[in-house]
Amino acid sequence: MTVLEQAKALRWTRRHVLDTDDWTRDEIEAVLETSGAMVEILKRPVRKAPPLRGKTVILFFAEASTRTRVSFELAAKALSADVTTISASGSSVEKGETLLDTVRTLHALGGDVVVMRHASSGAPYFVAERSDAAVINAGDGWHAHPTQGLLDAYTLRGALGDLQGKRIVIVGDVLHSRVARSDIHTLVPLGARITLSGPPTLMPLAWRRGQLPACVTYEADLDRALEDADGAIALRLQKERQEGGLLPSLREYSRVWGLTEARVRLMRPNAPVMHPGPMNEGVEIDAAVAHGARSLVERQVTNGVAVRMALLYLLVGTPLDEH
Amino acid sequence: MDRRELERQGHLVTRGFIDLHAHLREPGFEESETIATGAQAALRGGFTTVCAMPNTEPAIDSPGLVAEVIARGKAAGGARVLPIATVTRGRKGKELADLVELASAGAVAFSDDGSPVDDARLFRSAVEYASVKGLLVIEHPEDLALSGKGVMNEGRVSAALGLPGISNAAEETAVARAILVASELDAHVHLTHISTAGSVDMIRAAKERSIPVTCDVTPHHLAMTDDWVRGRRAFAWEQGLKGEQISGAPADGTPFDANTKMNPPLRRLHDVRALWIGLADGTIDAIATDHAPHASVRKDVEFDQAAFGISMLETALPLVLGGVRAGWCDQDTALRALTDGPARVLGITPNADDWIAIDVGATWTVSADALATRGKNTPLLGRELRGRVVAAAVGGDVRFDGGAREEIRAGVR
Repeated sequence: MTVLEQAKALRWTRRHVLDTDDWTRDEIEAVLETSGAMVEILKRPVRKAPPLRGKTVILFFAEASTRTRVSFELAAKALSADVTTISASGSSVEKGETLLDTVRTLHALGGDVVVMRHASSGAPYFVAERSDAAVINAGDGWHAHPTQGLLDAYTLRGALGDLQGKRIVIVGDVLHSRVARSDIHTLVPLGARITLSGPPTLMPLAWRRGQLPACVTYEADLDRALEDADGAIALRLQKERQEGGLLPSLREYSRVWGLTEARVRLMRPNAPVMHPGPMNEGVEIDAAVAHGARSLVERQVTNGVAVRMALLYLLVGTPLDEH
Repeated sequence: MDRRELERQGHLVTRGFIDLHAHLREPGFEESETIATGAQAALRGGFTTVCAMPNTEPAIDSPGLVAEVIARGKAAGGARVLPIATVTRGRKGKELADLVELASAGAVAFSDDGSPVDDARLFRSAVEYASVKGLLVIEHPEDLALSGKGVMNEGRVSAALGLPGISNAAEETAVARAILVASELDAHVHLTHISTAGSVDMIRAAKERSIPVTCDVTPHHLAMTDDWVRGRRAFAWEQGLKGEQISGAPADGTPFDANTKMNPPLRRLHDVRALWIGLADGTIDAIATDHAPHASVRKDVEFDQAAFGISMLETALPLVLGGVRAGWCDQDTALRALTDGPARVLGITPNADDWIAIDVGATWTVSADALATRGKNTPLLGRELRGRVVAAAVGGDVRFDGGAREEIRAGVR
């Protein structure tokens, strides 16, 4: 039995990947280790392995997202799965087809895995409860984006090694960010501490008033938050926050909460910078930082494929050594 | 089956409950409930009188429609159905409905429930106009700008689930407005389904100053917290002071169950405790169900797309008794909030021949089949509850006799 198989047999019992908020450190480690093996496959001249041969992966994207969809598609194909995409724009109500209808369709199609992106928080739970397929949450509303959290953890580990005691700053629109929530639920079990920063209007009230998740603090002043930090993650700012009355202007935002070169230097030497993409350069992150020496943004994209391969493999893959 | 016999069997025979607030959905939404099914469900829940909210299609804003609701209620042969008419024409919040004429036709109160009368000037005007004949205005206290697109209580749970929150202030702002208007006009305003500690505090203070304001609370806001939305389904009295579950609480369920979505939203334990204190000290006049049945198509969808509301007529009594058993309120006070309390708010004298018999200790399991309502939308499905109504009489006529049903069940067991 390979190391991979041991990881799977001993530590993997999940049927779905909906949120990492109830995962143990062991489970997260199992995914990260498996991701390492997948990186090796991706380095081969022929980037293909057989463990999902004969399996069907359905990409159900009810909210536009080219990057995540392509990442999952590459991951599934690298493991020899058949991949098909169902995309839908607008809410289910608008198009006259309910999510329940879609679930029935997915069931009839008989996919082994449903990878879903949806604008409503909790929608993957709805599907998982009503379908036979394994469901992977590729982002639901403001709630969770577990594969992003896992790929961020994998990438940060690659740069920093063990995350025990490391302090990571997450800056931006935490209130509306599934990435922030999933980063918290993945990095904290690995030993990291999180400092959230950003405008109070874009922070959950309960968190600002002290009812934070374990090992998470809030510091409105970004300079203070960054001081001696071990890494920083900038979140994408949606332009409509200004129209919603939550922000005066993007210009003011970038001045107060943008990751600039000067600010980045407040962190420890070589402390890395990440962003889930797509970036608004000049708003939440300066171009010089986004493409500078500390930036792990491209590595996040590459690792994203490996992490998604790992999850597909753990959920429905047949053992690598049986091929 | 007569009441003496029921008493001899050890049942608690009491005056029939009066529900100030239920949605019977007819006309317009008969797939969710009809006056007939709602009146039956009411009876099984111990409510011999049920007030029907007017947010139907069309809304109950004309004497003809009021008469129609009354007629269908009589024909239903269940609980007495008392129609509430709208405050504003078409429930549109623009101009007053013909309140005096509607009252003459039989409307017992006026409410735009589902929404507040958002325009403060029109709200004041409605309360002032209604006072001419002592008509009752029931306000759904909500500041629509503050509640915004919220779908659950704003707090720790909404932060974790990534759902837009509804703050306590969204309700309390409207409660404050209503109190100020009632005070200034010296005219009665009834606030329905209050859900926050702040609302209780303000109403208590208003009553101490003899401001003519009354209020009700729902059984679900007395029993459940926002933790239910994340799948933690311990009743308030099954949680420790820090919200941790104590023994006897059920295992976690699935988060994002649309059956836990209601407006006002399920609040924190701190608020629930304040509601019980308000109930015990008389700040809260009545327990009203806000029974909000929905066809499955409106609930079997994404959480944020789902309709607000919970089916409550048939589970109200066991929820209230749960808090009583936990010692949060004595049984007499709780039962008064279901009988004399609402009667006083309505200004009616309860019929002495409307009575019910309760088996306080009986346990039963909530299931879609066990509910007479068409609204199966409750997170209590599958839950074993304690306390049930075994008989209900309206005007001396025993219209519900659950004894037979009980025997069949016992036989199966």
